[in-house]
Amino acid sequence: MGPSASSSSSNLLVFVPRPSLPAPRQTVGIIGWLGASLFNGWFNSILTLIGLGLLWETVPPLLSWAIFNAVWTGGPADCPAGHNGACWAFIYDKFRILMVGMYPAEQIWRPLLAGGIFVVLGAVTVFRLLNPLRLIALWFLFLLPVYWLISGGLCLTVVDQSLWGGLMLSLGLAFVGILMSLPLGILLALGRYSNFAIIKSICVGIIEPVRGVPLITILFMASVMMPLFLPVGININNLLRVQIGIILFSAAYIAEVVRGGLQAIPLGQYDAAKSIGLNYWKTTVLIILPQALRHVIPSLIGRCIALFKDTSLVIIVGLLDFLGMVKASAQDPDWLGHDAEAYVFCSIIYWVICFSMSRYGHSLEQKKEAE
Amino acid sequence: MVSKDIIIQMIDVNKWYGSFHVLKEINLTVHKGERIVVCGPSGSGKSTLIRCINRLEEHQGGRILVDGIELTKNLKKIEKIRSEVGMVFQNFNLFPHLTILKNLTFALIWARRMPRAEAEKIAMKHLERVRIPEQANKFPGQLSGGQQQRVAIARALCMNPKIMLFDEPTSALDPEMIKEVLDVMVELAREGITMVCVTHEMSFAKTVADRVIFMDCGEIVEENEPEKFFRSPKYDRTQLFLNQILQA
Repeated sequence: MGPSASSSSSNLLVFVPRPSLPAPRQTVGIIGWLGASLFNGWFNSILTLIGLGLLWETVPPLLSWAIFNAVWTGGPADCPAGHNGACWAFIYDKFRILMVGMYPAEQIWRPLLAGGIFVVLGAVTVFRLLNPLRLIALWFLFLLPVYWLISGGLCLTVVDQSLWGGLMLSLGLAFVGILMSLPLGILLALGRYSNFAIIKSICVGIIEPVRGVPLITILFMASVMMPLFLPVGININNLLRVQIGIILFSAAYIAEVVRGGLQAIPLGQYDAAKSIGLNYWKTTVLIILPQALRHVIPSLIGRCIALFKDTSLVIIVGLLDFLGMVKASAQDPDWLGHDAEAYVFCSIIYWVICFSMSRYGHSLEQKKEAE
Repeated sequence: MVSKDIIIQMIDVNKWYGSFHVLKEINLTVHKGERIVVCGPSGSGKSTLIRCINRLEEHQGGRILVDGIELTKNLKKIEKIRSEVGMVFQNFNLFPHLTILKNLTFALIWARRMPRAEAEKIAMKHLERVRIPEQANKFPGQLSGGQQQRVAIARALCMNPKIMLFDEPTSALDPEMIKEVLDVMVELAREGITMVCVTHEMSFAKTVADRVIFMDCGEIVEENEPEKFFRSPKYDRTQLFLNQILQA
């Protein structure tokens, strides 16, 4: 049968498209999903059943350890050795140290306020209350005030940096690292992509050596070797040196990620921008970078997550970050034998933060798709 | 109709890509208001020729004068010339991250420092001229090829150029869309703007061109009024080319 047709006033047939029919029932909805995803052929059906069996064997014991048999409050005496359940009282007891390290208890409002500011900035970011440029400016605006809030000076009591630690230190190192290494990395990428041989070789000369060594090496260099090279009288404190090391390391990687994005931009975009009379910087900042960065959002977010986790390496130069405090707490003679709780708690916190960054990156990608 | 004012002058222009001699001793004079069509086989240097006019490509020998200004390494002069010369590309080259309206106002706001409201007024005027004002707030990816190319034409027109360069504006379009772009170009031609157009649309050349230029192997083989060019080409190479594209 050919296409349906009816005659009209002219001699031509009028083409009328057939109506669309609904899809077969077994291919849509929950039944369709089960059939396609879990019971698609005998092999996948067996895998599904094995998977369900494994879950049945592992999830109930885990829940009973973590929740039903767990001790939530009390002291070391409430968690006798051999107790078949988690001792969250231990985490509760160590909570302050895990979050802010040895930061003096009577000054605790300062990290709390900083944390509050951090949460507000995070909310502004996630809910996109500002356009990207203003958002970045806002983060930079709060950098120094928050640093002052934590370290003291002027009218606040000075808190020595050897007392800083815990999650506060990890987040601080990571977010200052991300904030500073993004622009630096973008500049390095532009330099490496430029036509000027001198600028290009300077940038390659920074990126390649930094990328070619492990972060641990850079942290050692920053912490132990850098003071040897600095002129007498110039004294940069240990934390700042480590922070600079982290920024450089991250910037070198970000530069390569961004360069990948730059290479994905068709040359026609440059032609078009030039042909309407835009100069290099306007073309780069307003036309090329917005597109290039969008191409590399997944890798950039990946770098930020990696950077956050990499900050746990600072323990080798004597800084007690979150993981360092977890380790130290697990070795407290009063609370021996609670390594599992310590590391489970540590993993959950790391996972929540990393997963949030990942979801944020995902939502940025979705926004890009929408355009 | 054609006034005697020269607006583009190319004198003995030579250009190489590496060791490949892409433009050989090009001499070309375009008068104000003239409509020139450049045709020729691929690789003959047509695109390079018009890209030299707003210095998207640098020439290595000879002189190019646009509106009395010689093209040199002087960036300020180049930017001035570029803002007087509009260009339309084969692949549209719209900015995909900006809406249609922002694509049009971008150069006015950022290169000419015009207030946004005024720039948007000009942009809407030109969108109406290419007959798609209703698409102003969409992104380029949401438009058809023909619509995108008309936006690209409007974007170039926003700068109020003295010269319009077209680099194979219909070559990347589906057959159904070619006409809507050509219609806009024909209209422009009738309004008297100076046009240099690389195209294989011979109907367009016949309708509006004052002169047709045929290039091969980096040289201008011949140039003539369209009627004479199509009826009695001087060279066998031109005849062969015309046979091939007019058959298709």
